[in-house]
Amino acid sequence: MTRWFRNPWGKPRWLVVVTALYIVWSILPVGIAILFAFNNGRSRTTWQGFSLRWFTGSTGSVLHDPALQGALKHTLFLGVLCVLVATPLGVALALGLQRWRGRGSGTVNTMMLLPLVTPEIVMGVALLLLFLNVFPGLGLGTKAQAIGQVTFTLSYVVVIVRGRLVSIGREYEEAAADLGAPPHDQLLRVLLPLLAPAIIASAAVVFALSIDDFVVTQYLSSDASTTTVPMLLYATARGAPTPALNAIATVTLLITLATLALAFFVYRRFAGGGQAAVAAALEV
Amino acid sequence: MSSRRTWRFLALPGVVWLSVFFLVAFYAVLAVALGNENSLSEPVPFWNPLDWNVGYLLEVLRDIVHGGHYLTVFLRTFAFVGIAMALSLAIGYPVAYFAARHTRGRWRGLVLLLLVLPFWINYLMRMLAWINLLSADGWATRFLHTVGIERLFIWLGLLSTEGGWLDGQPSTVILALVYGYIPFLILPLYAVLDRIDQRQIEAARDLGASALSGFLRVTLPLSVPGILAGVVLVALPMFGDYYTPDLVSASTKTNIIGNQIDQLTRQGSEKVTGAVLTILLSLLLVVLMVYYLRTTRRADEETANA
Repeated sequence: MTRWFRNPWGKPRWLVVVTALYIVWSILPVGIAILFAFNNGRSRTTWQGFSLRWFTGSTGSVLHDPALQGALKHTLFLGVLCVLVATPLGVALALGLQRWRGRGSGTVNTMMLLPLVTPEIVMGVALLLLFLNVFPGLGLGTKAQAIGQVTFTLSYVVVIVRGRLVSIGREYEEAAADLGAPPHDQLLRVLLPLLAPAIIASAAVVFALSIDDFVVTQYLSSDASTTTVPMLLYATARGAPTPALNAIATVTLLITLATLALAFFVYRRFAGGGQAAVAAALEV
Repeated sequence: MSSRRTWRFLALPGVVWLSVFFLVAFYAVLAVALGNENSLSEPVPFWNPLDWNVGYLLEVLRDIVHGGHYLTVFLRTFAFVGIAMALSLAIGYPVAYFAARHTRGRWRGLVLLLLVLPFWINYLMRMLAWINLLSADGWATRFLHTVGIERLFIWLGLLSTEGGWLDGQPSTVILALVYGYIPFLILPLYAVLDRIDQRQIEAARDLGASALSGFLRVTLPLSVPGILAGVVLVALPMFGDYYTPDLVSASTKTNIIGNQIDQLTRQGSEKVTGAVLTILLSLLLVVLMVYYLRTTRRADEETANA
């Protein structure tokens, strides 16, 4: 403390301590939860030795329990569906918004940003009431869940792709136009290849957001077959579950982190200098 | 490029999607909140604004004015979110300050990675981790017992029984909210602190300011936009939360507005009242956002003038 007052440019020790404690506090509990996924016993609080039984064991494991299997498969299925719809939709919207100046573009810009600041429960209730009262034919369940996830992940795609569009500038398109390329060639043969790293990065972010989503997915679920991993965690965390719950959470976490790491390296490799955009996106 | 039309055509599908599933969805909340109920207490939305029925809205407002159940829930929400915000700031400011001012190179990269990591760990997994740790024989419960923090909490009235951390304790809910959302505060604060020009602080020091007054009169005022951004970014999801109290308390004594909305809409059959509360919550958050945007704009103008 006193040293900090005398020498303001030195590292104040108490700040080091606070930061270190904070980081331990924020990460260690999850580390312990992962550790207990490997517990050789039914307890999630008493360590009984190392084992993979909750991952691959013949009963009650992630690999063999029907409920866990179903939740994991449904989560990944929704993730893929969401990427396939939200990415093209978002890329087109980003291209459109970036170059479309004039009436209506301001309104669309604002509308595009709103899902990012809307609390999930408000969005969950809104979509629930929409599906119950406006599209009763569509009903709740997988389709509604996918539509809900696309609605809130779309904005992330637009933000990431627009960041890349700004850094590319208009010169390439203009050069292509000067050389006589028709509009669709400017788009398909010039812009899209340049955008590829951003598109891959945004697809990965969408996938990660989708498999981590809880509120919207829960609001739009119907029966047990539409349970996802986060919903399973919510429903059974307080019951008396086995470490299999920790195991399925660990598997999902690994999938999320692998997806994001892949996206990060692809972006860094092919879009040099644009790391800031991905870093910004990862911090949203 | 036969430009204008092509670009607008590209934007069209996204615009239609957001209009239907975002704007119309919001309108559906309004139409249900200002609609009616049938005999099965299912909502009958009124789509035409001329038909709107304010009966259910007035019922909730009357309850709030007369100090009824919803007032209690709203006040509890403000108390929980307010305390959790203050704690997040007290913990998050030194961390963001350290990361922005006292780390360099690779070391900074590592610190930032560790600060960003919680974003990508599923929120429910982070809560599951604490449920394990705070259960009656969990590691944290035993640790808190051994070091005397449990006794301290009981003495302060923050915990009702030994080992009862997960039995409807407001203090556990507040700490869980801090744990859940504090990364949202640290990162914007870090970004703002990182952008402060070191020379301004050096100038203050050269002119004879002590380190403390240099911090209080230069760094702190310059970091206000970051504080505001961080506070708003934690407040928004905290106001909309329902799963944190459900998971770490599971008691109606710690119900916040999100729990109330969740119980009325998703779980229950009073969707009209649930829609009314959703509208009230949204209005509250819009006021918060507008206040934030106006303050940051004013702060920007002041910096520009200075």
